[in-house]
Amino acid sequence: MASTFETVANIISSVSDVPRDQITPQSHVMKDLSVDSLAFLDITFEIDRAFTIQLPVDEWLTAVNEGKRSGDDYFILSNLCSQIDAIRATTAAA
Amino acid sequence: MRLEYFQMLDEIEHFDSQQAILKARAAVPAESPVFEGHFPGESLMPGVLLLEVMAQASGYLILAMNGFSRMPFFANVKSANFRSFVRPSTDLTVSVRRIHDGSGYAVMSATVERANEVVCDAQLTMRNVIFPSEALQQHVWSEGRRLGLLDSRVA
Repeated sequence: MASTFETVANIISSVSDVPRDQITPQSHVMKDLSVDSLAFLDITFEIDRAFTIQLPVDEWLTAVNEGKRSGDDYFILSNLCSQIDAIRATTAAA
Repeated sequence: MRLEYFQMLDEIEHFDSQQAILKARAAVPAESPVFEGHFPGESLMPGVLLLEVMAQASGYLILAMNGFSRMPFFANVKSANFRSFVRPSTDLTVSVRRIHDGSGYAVMSATVERANEVVCDAQLTMRNVIFPSEALQQHVWSEGRRLGLLDSRVA
């Protein structure tokens, strides 16, 4: 079974045309991979579908825009994957 | 339809919030300045306006489901197919279904039919945001009341 990172990296590569070997756990989705907001919408959809979750991107962006959190907390891939795992664990426990 | 005003939907025929589906009637007018250019001597409903029909039906489904609290903006279209010409004075039925409810966005499946024949279909993504202006909110609410999707008592 593919790891969360593998699945997400494959999604980003297929949606944004970023070569798969350039995507690392330390990559920032926007800053390093040049994924724009529209492409990120597609990526979010594919992540939602792949993991049967709803990434709370709206809440994340609000927290970032209000200065409560750093965008790195959500958009560096290792952190994004941790967020996905946490949501999956919560969903599974519910 | 009033093409020049981008008023594409005439009547909601069916809305089901549980199933997240909406069906609406969209009657292509007999005459419009749009047809003078598209095309001279061969009037055809432009594909981009058929896309707009699907986008508006998608938008009003989302609005009806969120109580007209956030504005859906057309963000993305995939797999749009225009299967036959649509001429003036054609009655169309547009059917939309929300296939994914994301955070701040929704993905929709849409089909436009003429007498049970599919003339176009697409998958659309709508980005749902706070209304950017009071004027737009009032306009959309007014249209929601016209279509019977928003309670007339709402200011």
